[in-house]
Amino acid sequence: MTTFTQTLFNGLALGSVYALIALGFTLAYKASGAINFAHGSLLLLGGYLVAIWHEPLGFYLALAAAAAGTGAAAMLEALLLRKVRRTGSTVPTILTIGVDILLLTELARRIGGDVLTAGDPWGSRIREFAGITVAEARIYSLLVSVLLVAVFLAAFHRTRWGLAMRATAIDREAAELMGVRSDRLWMSAWALAGVLAAVAAVFLIAFPAPGLDRNTGHIALAAFPAAVLGGLGSVGGALLGSLVIGMAEAAAAGYQQQLSSFGSGIADIAPFVVMVLVLIARPQGLLGSKESNRV
Amino acid sequence: MRPPPATAPPDELVVDDLTVVYGRSIQALTSVTLRAPVGGIVALLGANGAGKSTLLRAVSGTLPLHTGSIAGGTIHFGERPLTSLPPADVVAAGVVQVPEGRRVFSELSVEENLRAGLLGTPALRRPAARDAVDRIFGLFPVLAERRRQSAGLLSGGEQQMLALGRALMAGPRMLLLDEPSLGLAPQIVERIAQIVRDIHAQGTGVLLVEQNAALALELSDHAYVLDVGRIRLDGPSDELSCSDDIRRLYLGEQDEEESALAPAALPELARWSG
Repeated sequence: MTTFTQTLFNGLALGSVYALIALGFTLAYKASGAINFAHGSLLLLGGYLVAIWHEPLGFYLALAAAAAGTGAAAMLEALLLRKVRRTGSTVPTILTIGVDILLLTELARRIGGDVLTAGDPWGSRIREFAGITVAEARIYSLLVSVLLVAVFLAAFHRTRWGLAMRATAIDREAAELMGVRSDRLWMSAWALAGVLAAVAAVFLIAFPAPGLDRNTGHIALAAFPAAVLGGLGSVGGALLGSLVIGMAEAAAAGYQQQLSSFGSGIADIAPFVVMVLVLIARPQGLLGSKESNRV
Repeated sequence: MRPPPATAPPDELVVDDLTVVYGRSIQALTSVTLRAPVGGIVALLGANGAGKSTLLRAVSGTLPLHTGSIAGGTIHFGERPLTSLPPADVVAAGVVQVPEGRRVFSELSVEENLRAGLLGTPALRRPAARDAVDRIFGLFPVLAERRRQSAGLLSGGEQQMLALGRALMAGPRMLLLDEPSLGLAPQIVERIAQIVRDIHAQGTGVLLVEQNAALALELSDHAYVLDVGRIRLDGPSDELSCSDDIRRLYLGEQDEEESALAPAALPELARWSG
């Protein structure tokens, strides 16, 4: 029972962080039609900026600066993609792989073999409740992520910006004919994706994780199956998918003993196994839309 | 060729000597000149591929989305130059297009579609935005019944009404309608025609692009005929609908005897009286 509760909490906490990543990923995709393979590197950039700035600036200011920096980097990438957008969505997507390699190489060079800390105020403190022991950082990650997702959903469904986003994702030309400035919208979506990635990075490298190393960006890869299995381009799908992936990964780690016949490290591949299984059953993803048009 | 006017007279959409190319070499419009006053309904006729939609794209600023650009000439609305402006600025100038094929936001609700029509105008307070939506629901009661339904599930005629309503949300002074009758049943076409008359009666100018020449000539005061990117002829609609060329080319008319009849009495037009 304890393992179950523990797994449930870990899954929720992990899933909520994935949700921040998958949300940004989905948003960038909705705005531009391009799959941003550089999202993991942006996340690594966010974590790296917090790690190098938290000593001179203090944690919260460093986080704000890192979020702004990552948002700016994402906007730069979006500017680059806009140059080639007339060619469709394939060329921009391939371009993101190039951006990913450049960014990753430079960050790996700077980070080297070090493991950097975020300097977060929760440190390695732990709390006990309901018979389980959890890292305080995970509690905050869950709370902050849920709060950010809620704010985002409210903005997405209740504001002009959200309506413009949703309309543009469905039919860019029709939205422009209504007076939407899709270029600005595109920039804002990518900037927001960068900001969310930076926040997610802090939670991914906080205790009990050892800290930021050059491979932290790979963790963000687990959010990719989350976005895809939820139905690429569906915000609700990205959230649901993140929860599913978080739970699957936590369960694979929590019940490692029972799963030992598959060998160790099953938690790392669990997201992808789940993605493949879900997509075999539902190729459009959990909440991906089949055409509902009547002509 | 007339010299381009430095400033257009107020309350008129003026397209002057417009040439549009797609890509490097495909010339879709050649020296097109056209005037559409706010007080009237102007029809633009022509076969498929004549360049009718291209003209609307040029006015609305969506040519870049189709790798097109304006190679020469100007577009003005009143005093304001619209040539090569981005779509948002054209909407802000009061010129709004209802695109061909409705293009409603199918996954959004009917009400959200209407609210999307406000995205090009300065933000309204919530009550004002609600009033604007209610005004459109007053014009199209059938949409009010379906306000929570997703737009993709509406019938073709309802989608056309939604597309019209969405465009009217911005309070345009000039409405560009691209093939509003396309694919609709005759009774629905007559309703759309009545709506266009109502919109016009409320002071909004209409530039109507139609393949359905009978309908377009019935609705409009003045008409232009576009043929392979050039204006072939233009004139008052009632004169054009009596012209032999028009009757032969666009109204499917064979019998020369009937050309003396008034347009409303033409047998083809009776179809639209539903």
